[in-house]
Amino acid sequence: MEGKSAKEIIAQRVAKEFKQGDVINLGIGLPTLAARYMPEGMDVFLQAENGIVGLGAVTDDTSDQLHIVDAGGQPSIARPGGSYIDSATSFGLIRGGHVDVTVLGALEVDEKGNLANWIIPGKMVPGMGGAMDLVVGAKKVIIAMTHTQKGAPKILKECTLPLTAVGVVDMIITEMGVIEVGPDGLVLTEVNEGYTAEDVQAATAAPLIVI
Amino acid sequence: MINKVIPVKEAVEKIPDGATIMFGGFMGCGNAHRLIGELAGSGKGGFTIISNDASMPGGPIGDEHYGIAKLIHNRQVKKLIATHVGLNPEVAAQEQAGELELVLIPQGSFAEMIRAGGAGLGGVLTPTGVGTLVEENPYAEGRVAVDGRDYLLMKPLTADIAIIAGYYVDKIGNVWYKGTMRNFSAVMATAADVVIAEAAHIVEVGDIVPENVMTSSIFVDYVVPGLGGA
Repeated sequence: MEGKSAKEIIAQRVAKEFKQGDVINLGIGLPTLAARYMPEGMDVFLQAENGIVGLGAVTDDTSDQLHIVDAGGQPSIARPGGSYIDSATSFGLIRGGHVDVTVLGALEVDEKGNLANWIIPGKMVPGMGGAMDLVVGAKKVIIAMTHTQKGAPKILKECTLPLTAVGVVDMIITEMGVIEVGPDGLVLTEVNEGYTAEDVQAATAAPLIVI
Repeated sequence: MINKVIPVKEAVEKIPDGATIMFGGFMGCGNAHRLIGELAGSGKGGFTIISNDASMPGGPIGDEHYGIAKLIHNRQVKKLIATHVGLNPEVAAQEQAGELELVLIPQGSFAEMIRAGGAGLGGVLTPTGVGTLVEENPYAEGRVAVDGRDYLLMKPLTADIAIIAGYYVDKIGNVWYKGTMRNFSAVMATAADVVIAEAAHIVEVGDIVPENVMTSSIFVDYVVPGLGGA
């Protein structure tokens, strides 16, 4: 994986989780990068919670930004076969289990699948936006993030920050490997080249079940 | 049929100080930009605003503050009920200075609470926010268990005035939205005493065929001209 940044490694691995026909919501930033690594011929519907089902290719065309943006506020468009919907319908389909996969970043995740990614009290209070609904409603919740925050573990026994939702995370994909949230705790299912299972455990503040 | 088209200035005159106002829009997309510009220069204030976000500085039309960010910047807002304000740093600054009260609601709950307000429902039962700080929200009325699953009872949201924006709006107020400008406007139009629809293009009755009307004219009280555009 020489030459690839941590973000590229993570995004590329995330894309392997997508299946033909999936409805997918990608968070802003790193998760959005995953769309670039989808295999050719893969036909999915990307959903933008502000009202697009079937998000088209990223565009630099800003001529209609007054009327059409993605969930990051960037100029966008629905692809042929896609549709524009209102926000209540959009979150109805999110909450109602019609999104197969959502990919988001995190501040903290713990061994029970609890997620904290919307607030650092006293420091950062941007609001939860659509994150709480997405992780509660989507069939599969993937956290895509760097394994630590400047060396400090983000995968914990128990989250310390206020939660986004309880027990919702299915999978954590980092530059070090892949961790699945199982009934008995966190299972290390893949270790990336350049790391050992011991390295991943050392960077994780919760016990990992190694298979 | 009643022609509901009025000048922008006249629409602003109908908005009293201290009003609770819903604004359609998502990061400024779908804001009623012309009316908001006029309101920002009106000297009115003390508003409670119900809006997904506080928009942001800059934006695609070259303004210093995009959409409702103008009202925040001019300190016309005493309370903001929103889902995400991270793109407008003035909100956090004003909140920390004690100048602005901020209530944050999950975006899906927010949309559905407005829908409930407009649809005559007593609230919404949603799994979103269970086990989080949302349970302490002034609009959360506690947990309700249904078939063994916990839900939060969220109260409906209504307003004195809703200010929405359509692309084509006919003279009696039928609305067709382009792209993603529909976002919260579709539900907000149903949940306020007075609804003002800004039109990128005002068209004749019948130009929007009934199948394509996205917000019915019965919800809309006034139509104002907007910015036009492609």
